[in-house]
Amino acid sequence: MEKTLDLKYTYTEKKDTRSGFGDGLLEAGRNNPNVVGLCADLIGSLKMGAFQKEFPERFFQVGIAEANMIGLAAGMTIGGKIPFTGTFANFSTGRVYDQIRQSVAYSDKNVKICASHAGLTLGEDGATHQILEDLGMMRMLPHMTVINPCDYNQTKAATLALVDHVGPAYLRFGRPSWPIFTPADQKFEIGKAWKMIDGKDVTIFATGHLVWEAVVAEAMLREEGISAEVINIHTIKPLDTEAILDSVAKTGCAVSAEEHQLNGGLGDSIAQTLIRNHPAPLEYVGVNDSFGESGTPTQLLEKYGLNAENIVKKAKIALRRKSG
Amino acid sequence: MTEIELKLKSLEYRKKILRYIKMASAGHTGGSLSCTDILNVLYNRIMNVNPQNFKNNERDRYIQSKGHSVEALYVVLADQGFFPEAELETLCKYKSHFIGHPTRKVPGVEQNTGALGHGLALSVGTALAAKLDNLHFKVFTLLGDGELAEGSNWEALLAASHYKLDNLVVILDYNKLQITGPNAEVMNLEPVIPKFESFGCSVRQVDGNDLKELENNLLDVPFEKGKPNVIIAQTVKGKGVSYMENTLKWHHGVPNDQDYKLAIEELNNQISQLQKPQLHEK
Ligand SMILES: Cc1ncc(C[n+]2csc(CCOP(=O)(O)OP(=O)(O)O)c2C)c(N)n1
Ligand SMILES: [Mg+2]
Repeated sequence: MEKTLDLKYTYTEKKDTRSGFGDGLLEAGRNNPNVVGLCADLIGSLKMGAFQKEFPERFFQVGIAEANMIGLAAGMTIGGKIPFTGTFANFSTGRVYDQIRQSVAYSDKNVKICASHAGLTLGEDGATHQILEDLGMMRMLPHMTVINPCDYNQTKAATLALVDHVGPAYLRFGRPSWPIFTPADQKFEIGKAWKMIDGKDVTIFATGHLVWEAVVAEAMLREEGISAEVINIHTIKPLDTEAILDSVAKTGCAVSAEEHQLNGGLGDSIAQTLIRNHPAPLEYVGVNDSFGESGTPTQLLEKYGLNAENIVKKAKIALRRKSG
Repeated sequence: MTEIELKLKSLEYRKKILRYIKMASAGHTGGSLSCTDILNVLYNRIMNVNPQNFKNNERDRYIQSKGHSVEALYVVLADQGFFPEAELETLCKYKSHFIGHPTRKVPGVEQNTGALGHGLALSVGTALAAKLDNLHFKVFTLLGDGELAEGSNWEALLAASHYKLDNLVVILDYNKLQITGPNAEVMNLEPVIPKFESFGCSVRQVDGNDLKELENNLLDVPFEKGKPNVIIAQTVKGKGVSYMENTLKWHHGVPNDQDYKLAIEELNNQISQLQKPQLHEK
């Protein structure tokens, strides 16, 4: 169906966002001798192999011991290093929350927590591994920067941007092969939302893999005469409230879209901003208080309504609420 | 069941593990094959647990901490009659409750696992509950060697020996490999026996792919009154299929048609080898 749509962004290649992290880390290592990598027995899954190979002395395998990894990383900052930790998103957050809270966030340590296989799209492994609460947990922590890029190029750019950013950060990416629709030479500005498509009737705020679904949804809405604005919220925290309010002041209603629980994620952040400054109808696309399950990424995104079709549906509801 | 029949069961289990991994196009192959014999002995010789008594609080408990080896568990549970084996054709598929890590939606599974480093604490808690009610069931848990790097295991062991839980049986599937490489390269675990001993456990070392040795030692529980039991089961990751044995890539490899054919042939050969001497004995 995508093919017949007149998309404002297109792609010629698909790649996993985790590879954007792996390639970004390698480049970061070349640019800055203080960058070190730590991994908890998932070098292949995190695509950290190239960094390990080129900088064996700056790479630390810690074994299946995620809490220890966060502690070691925080300690390395005391020694002046810029540690990037790598494991799955579930083990990067919930597993080690207290280590992050005390030793990284509260202590304001320059640790980059890099988390792969986030959300439903990891597929077969099922609910244990499909974390849908990580953005919420991380954005609740004072001092923490939370980034959820949308494709390979943006993930690579975000990884590089984190080297120069001083302070605790959470970088979330995923496993499936995904359209590469943003430019390779983009400048990644932490905390600055990116208006990808101009529109006037409804705003779609999307993050991570769902930015692509938002791009598709915009074309579908346009076919029905609805003009949607698409804003890529790659940084969940600090949230670009100015961009959000500017857009909704114009469109008057919005949809949020994320591969995450409705509780605590992007939608909640936007709701908080709107309710305090400019109350307007907001519809949510996300997982509604449920754990995941096995399946292919497409099947799971469809079942939980995390796709373009559902964004379109929610946009129409938002529009009706605005006019009604 | 004769010893030969029990050995045949292990081989049949291995074939089924590969069959369902192939159908699912996903799975943790090496670790499931390494612990097949352990599960075989536990469910067919040692534990008092079956579909009829599964609601009975006196049943023995099995908690698989290395949850990723789910295929071995599901295959053995199907064989025990917890559910029809054909249901495993949906393993890891959309809308199936046979999710890629153990889930209580599947009859016979005590606990959802999959994040490593949880099973031992759960087992210690279960063993404590048994002591509290003066019940005589035992709690068995299976750990991976890579998994032992999780500090939670060692916290749980402190409690297990503090509370003198001789009704707890910790089995280490000691295949020496994890995802990225050998334990020795990823995070050294040795010397492992003195570690467990210094935590107050009674430790035995066995060939974890030898059914008789496993059975004899498991029948000996408790090894010492008032001490948690630890069995270091020396196993081979990928056991039973020569090209998978001790090979990193088969941690979660899915056999292609050619691989699969070869593996089944090898296992069938082992089956016919076993069946031959049996005829002479009679
Ligand atoms: C807390 C946690 N961290 C990481 C993983 C990912 N993971 C799954 S299996 C595995 C390797 C396990 O190695 P080992 O314990 O030796 O198991 P076995 O060799 O028996 O398969 C890893 C790292 C996980 N499931 N849980
Ligand atoms: Mg192992």
